[in-house]
Amino acid sequence: MIERSHHDMGGLPAGPVERGEHDYAEWELRVDALMTLLTGVRSAKKLMTVDELRKNIEALAPDAYDTMSYYERWVISITQTLIQRGVITTEQLARKMLEVEKRGR
Amino acid sequence: MDVERKFRPGERVRVMKAYPLGHVRTPYYVRGCTGTIERLCGAFPNPEELAQMRDGLPARPLYRVRFLHRDLWPGYGGDPADVVEVEIFQHWLEAA
Amino acid sequence: MTDRGSYQPLTYFQLMEVSLRELLVEKGVVTDAQVDETLEDMRRRGPERGARVVARAWTDPEFRKRLLADGTAACEELGLDVPALRLVVVESTPEVHNVIVCTLCSCYPRMLLGLPPDWYKSRNYRSRVVREPRIVLAELGLEVPGDVQIRVHDSTAEMRYMVLPLRPPGTGGWSEERLASIVTRDCMIGVAVPEVTR
Repeated sequence: MIERSHHDMGGLPAGPVERGEHDYAEWELRVDALMTLLTGVRSAKKLMTVDELRKNIEALAPDAYDTMSYYERWVISITQTLIQRGVITTEQLARKMLEVEKRGR
Repeated sequence: MDVERKFRPGERVRVMKAYPLGHVRTPYYVRGCTGTIERLCGAFPNPEELAQMRDGLPARPLYRVRFLHRDLWPGYGGDPADVVEVEIFQHWLEAA
Repeated sequence: MTDRGSYQPLTYFQLMEVSLRELLVEKGVVTDAQVDETLEDMRRRGPERGARVVARAWTDPEFRKRLLADGTAACEELGLDVPALRLVVVESTPEVHNVIVCTLCSCYPRMLLGLPPDWYKSRNYRSRVVREPRIVLAELGLEVPGDVQIRVHDSTAEMRYMVLPLRPPGTGGWSEERLASIVTRDCMIGVAVPEVTR
């Protein structure tokens, strides 16, 4: 249904709520820290808004939204936003991803 | 200069029954529904604009609106006094 | 299957995190030190901060009034550093039980409670607690009496919510510290109530 966005789920039927939780991994915490820094909470320079983060999460395909974890959605959305903002370019990202992969971290 | 506030606590308001595109912070489940202003939260840049890299100014009044569950969900089974409170920007509200 | 030993390849998302962060550092947008400091800040922020606020409100009626009027200012008064937090504290009473959610994403009073648990961010909780709060609370182990009003707070925009739970009987004369010890994270979300164990 196009008029109801997938993330806007209040009141929809869903399964039982179970008290699952996990300790956040280091990389997840670093994604969170990057968001804090980029929205200017700690650093002086504000490079994006939380509403851009939300917009780009909401733009994920429904099956991706449901299967990705919270910080997986965040890292994709932050990266999309910074490309849209011109802070990084797609080409720079591509080259950096190849470099990191090759390094095998 | 912020947008002038139109509503006071206790006043009845209806949420715009609209389904636009873009980034919207008014949940689907309250659109078209009537509730009561609980409080004014302040004035804030419009998130619909902030999401699109614009400044969202002038700041717009943001309210907390109280809805009875039984007005939102047909056949609600809990206490008839149960409520849900939602923050809604003024441009989504009209007097009811 | 080949034994890869302890080597674990990065997932696509971890690769994205490393790449993005390194690019931002190279460009001078952020520094590694800032990332580390921010991580340290996050680690310092757990539910004991919220519990301290609750315990003070239970023992100091004037503070309680100020907390309900302006949550952020009251936290700052206690010396808590709460950047960018606009806090609304909602008080549970014998007649009213409060519970918080964010149906649109997962907004949460993290400056006071730390990072949210997975279930708070789940589709099941976000979808259902606004429509059948009593059933969801029961699934989480909390039965709310039928004549107690439930107020669900959907954090859809700028404010963040924290529940000020009802002080349980049998805690008269307790120190603030002892009171804080029974205020769990879930009590401040509103899916549990403080309990006195012996």
